Amino acid sequence: MGDSKLDLLQGTLDLMVLQTLDAMGELHGYGIARRIEQVSGDAVLLNQGTIYASLVRLQQRGWIDAEWGISDNNRKAKFYSITKRGRKQLAEDAAYWHRLAAVMNRVLNAGNSQ
Amino acid sequence: MKDGWMQQALQRVRAFFRKAPLDEDLDAEMASHLEMAVEENVQRGMTPEEARRQAMVRFGGVQQAREKQREARGLPFLDVLGQDMRYTFRTLGRDVGFTVVAVLILALGIGANVAVFSVVNTILLRPLPFHDSQQLVWIAPPPQKCGVSCATYSSDAYEEFVGQTKSYDGVTGYMAFTGPDNYRLTGRGEPVPATGIEVISNFFQVLGVQPLMGRVFRPEESHAGAHPVALLEYAYWKRQFAGNPGIVGKDIDLNGGPVTVIGVLPPSFDFGAFFSPGERVDLLVPLDLDKERTWGNIIAMTARMKPGVTLGQAQAEANVVVPKLCWNIKYPQSCGSYAGKDGGIQLRTLKDYVSGRLRRSLIVLWSAVGMILLIACVNLSNLLLARSAARGKEFAMRSALGASRGRMVRQLMTESLILSAAGAVLGFGLARGLVLWLAHQGSLALPLLSTLHIDGQALGWTVLIAVVAAGIFGLMPGLRMASGNLIESLKDSGHGSSAGRRHESVRTALVIMEVALACVLLVGAGLLLRSFLKVLDIDLGFQPDQAASMRVEYDDSAPTAEAGAARLSQIFQQVIARVSALPGVEAAGIVDYLPLGPNRAWGAPVPQGKTFPEGSLPSPLVYVCSPGYFRAMGMRVHGRDFTWDDNLKSQEVVLINAAAARVYWPGQDAVGKVLVSGNEQLHVIGVVDDVHASSVEAEKGWQIYYSTLQKGPNDAQLVIRSRVAPASLAGSVLRTLRELNPNQPAVEFQPIRTIVDRAVSPRRFFMLLVGIFAGLGLLLASLGIYGVIAYGVTRQTQEIGIRMALGASRGRVQRAVLWKTLWMVLVGIGAGTVASYGAARMIQSLLFGTEATDPMTYAGMVVLLIAIALLAGYLPARRASRIDPLAALRTN
Repeated sequence: MGDSKLDLLQGTLDLMVLQTLDAMGELHGYGIARRIEQVSGDAVLLNQGTIYASLVRLQQRGWIDAEWGISDNNRKAKFYSITKRGRKQLAEDAAYWHRLAAVMNRVLNAGNSQ
Repeated sequence: MKDGWMQQALQRVRAFFRKAPLDEDLDAEMASHLEMAVEENVQRGMTPEEARRQAMVRFGGVQQAREKQREARGLPFLDVLGQDMRYTFRTLGRDVGFTVVAVLILALGIGANVAVFSVVNTILLRPLPFHDSQQLVWIAPPPQKCGVSCATYSSDAYEEFVGQTKSYDGVTGYMAFTGPDNYRLTGRGEPVPATGIEVISNFFQVLGVQPLMGRVFRPEESHAGAHPVALLEYAYWKRQFAGNPGIVGKDIDLNGGPVTVIGVLPPSFDFGAFFSPGERVDLLVPLDLDKERTWGNIIAMTARMKPGVTLGQAQAEANVVVPKLCWNIKYPQSCGSYAGKDGGIQLRTLKDYVSGRLRRSLIVLWSAVGMILLIACVNLSNLLLARSAARGKEFAMRSALGASRGRMVRQLMTESLILSAAGAVLGFGLARGLVLWLAHQGSLALPLLSTLHIDGQALGWTVLIAVVAAGIFGLMPGLRMASGNLIESLKDSGHGSSAGRRHESVRTALVIMEVALACVLLVGAGLLLRSFLKVLDIDLGFQPDQAASMRVEYDDSAPTAEAGAARLSQIFQQVIARVSALPGVEAAGIVDYLPLGPNRAWGAPVPQGKTFPEGSLPSPLVYVCSPGYFRAMGMRVHGRDFTWDDNLKSQEVVLINAAAARVYWPGQDAVGKVLVSGNEQLHVIGVVDDVHASSVEAEKGWQIYYSTLQKGPNDAQLVIRSRVAPASLAGSVLRTLRELNPNQPAVEFQPIRTIVDRAVSPRRFFMLLVGIFAGLGLLLASLGIYGVIAYGVTRQTQEIGIRMALGASRGRVQRAVLWKTLWMVLVGIGAGTVASYGAARMIQSLLFGTEATDPMTYAGMVVLLIAIALLAGYLPARRASRIDPLAALRTN
């Protein structure tokens, strides 16, 4: 179903969404997108629309929940929150990323020093 | 991130079916997203327009986001399929002519294939409908000239075989000398004829057939004095007893006595379908081995091997046992009579016996029908190529708009599959009709035909060939499309450009292939037709036209043999005199067995004063007939016919056939000579021309004719020769027989021609089918030729216009187009002739009196193909010659 072909960016976006929801609690799509932009210091050039593919994927896997609600400024919006399984997944994926980043770091630095 | 994939898969399926609400939900969510963004931007001090613009920019394409989300949540594969299908239906709907032609071509190809598959599957591939049917064997010597008598065993031989063999769970058999309508069902209005076969009581246990109702025979029911019982065949039970289950356990009146119906056989068991193709069997009765002990070889044997026993082991055992068997254990000199010249025994699986001889014919039929499908595919490929040329720009445009090659090939394959599926549905219906019709061709002497039906396997085969066909005919246009040069296609106006030419050469190659395939089919059909005509031309030794037969019921019971013979003589004389007096009847006579039907053989007598080495003479087929029979049958006699004075009081007289006379008295006239058989002296009063007695195509064996007044006939078939159409006499003959004997049942009045027709029906059937396929192939090939030439003319309209403007005459333009057609066909014929020769050699054994290289057939094929091709090329050629140069040049 295309899962095996998740490219780096897609997988990365999923992880960012999970992390954001874990940190911020309940949040709507626009909020998530803005938060990622802010946290990354606008280093990630995000087409905000792409976040909805990520959200529906995470939802179908049971890692996040969604519910329609009312936003701070009285607007109807769909709010997402991370589930227990989502947290577990986040921990696993975060650990993987840290490890990968560390290894990449070492490899690339080793290449530089020679 | 592999976790949860199962749940996700389920969710995706769910999402696929809830498109509308999910899309609505997403749209609302995105709208709210954008409004929040706009609001924030306005708060930052942007103008409302700028705020909205910025929000849109940050969001990216709304449509793309929607597509991406749909892809992530649903089943994109099915979505694309749905799109492709909708698109296909639209394009096909726009081109109704093309769609109808394509679907019809496919329906014919697929329908013919499914029908033939069903026949092949029923007769050849599927095991017989008995449990563990591969353990069933047919026990008989290799085929010989002396007919059924040489393929059967006596009661004693059967019992010895059972006693001395250890390979079998059970050995059984049936009485092989039963003519049609040998029973008379009374007590329900007019006597009705029925055909019954005597089987050894363990017959159904050995075959493993369970009755639909009631039970099968018990051993004690086959002994003298037991209450007579019978089993009904399913079709007979339905027809004669209206499928009434109450008949089981009741008595019916058969041949004047009560017989208890003990059961009804299942619809899957049709004795005729297995053991006597083309003949109807209504009921089965137990065979009394003791009653028939002295009748000679009457039992056709079949047996079930024990589990684990192979055919080779059983054959090895039979090789030891059979040569020791005695015809009659009371006469030691009859022991060893089954040894024969070539070991005397050849075991075959029952399946091989039933359908083995049709193997080659069926394979040929299957190949022919496969070739039709191939031609249909090539033709369709051609049509699609022509269409794809016209659609080149459409695809180039789609490609320019961002459709990937893979996506477009997929679209084309979807189109092919949909066409193929439509063809398959129609073809399947066609096949169903054909198969239903075939299953009811009772007079077609093919085994298992009545069990023919369309089943799950046929359905599977339909799906398989539909997919394979779509692959074959969709591949070429698909590949071309995928490899096409985008810019070229957009530029190529289709008039004389290089791509157009290359395109046309592919199509020409396809047509040449079609012509070659049609060649093979035509040659095959031609050779089979020539063989069939040769078979019809065979001098059978009798004249089947203007003659007909009817089985006569008679009662010659009498206290002594002499009294019986006298009574019989009186009955026969009366019947023949009365029937001969009917207007239109030229001659009438009675015989016990008709040619090409059941027969029997006796040991050959020897000429008085001569000796022949033991076993050197073939066993002649024996016919017992009345005066007038030879003339009624149209047989040529040298010498004299029997008279009513040749009876028990006079010397015993016989007629022999020419083949026997040549061996007995080479170079001399046999008439007046004497033959000795045991202590009988047989005076030869005539020599009869050889008759094809047991088969139309096989070699003629020996025949000997006895008088009904001197040897008791087994049966009585009245044969009449008429000046008028024999069928018109049916009523008056039956009325006459009824007047003489009220018990005469309304048996079939059978023109002798139908007996011959039935004997050659398998050959006619195969010839006809291959002929139809060849005609179909020719039609498809001519369509292909027409398509390519017509397309070429359209493409070259301008060029032709220029040439005509420069002074080329109409005739010259026409000739050029025809020459091109001819060239294409000649190449096809060249390739086809080589292939035909190979194919013809493979069907050599199916031919009769015709060589695989028969020049007439090949010449006929060439002439026919060229004529058809020129006809197909003539229409476009005419159109080319009518091109108006001015109009043609103006079009661009």
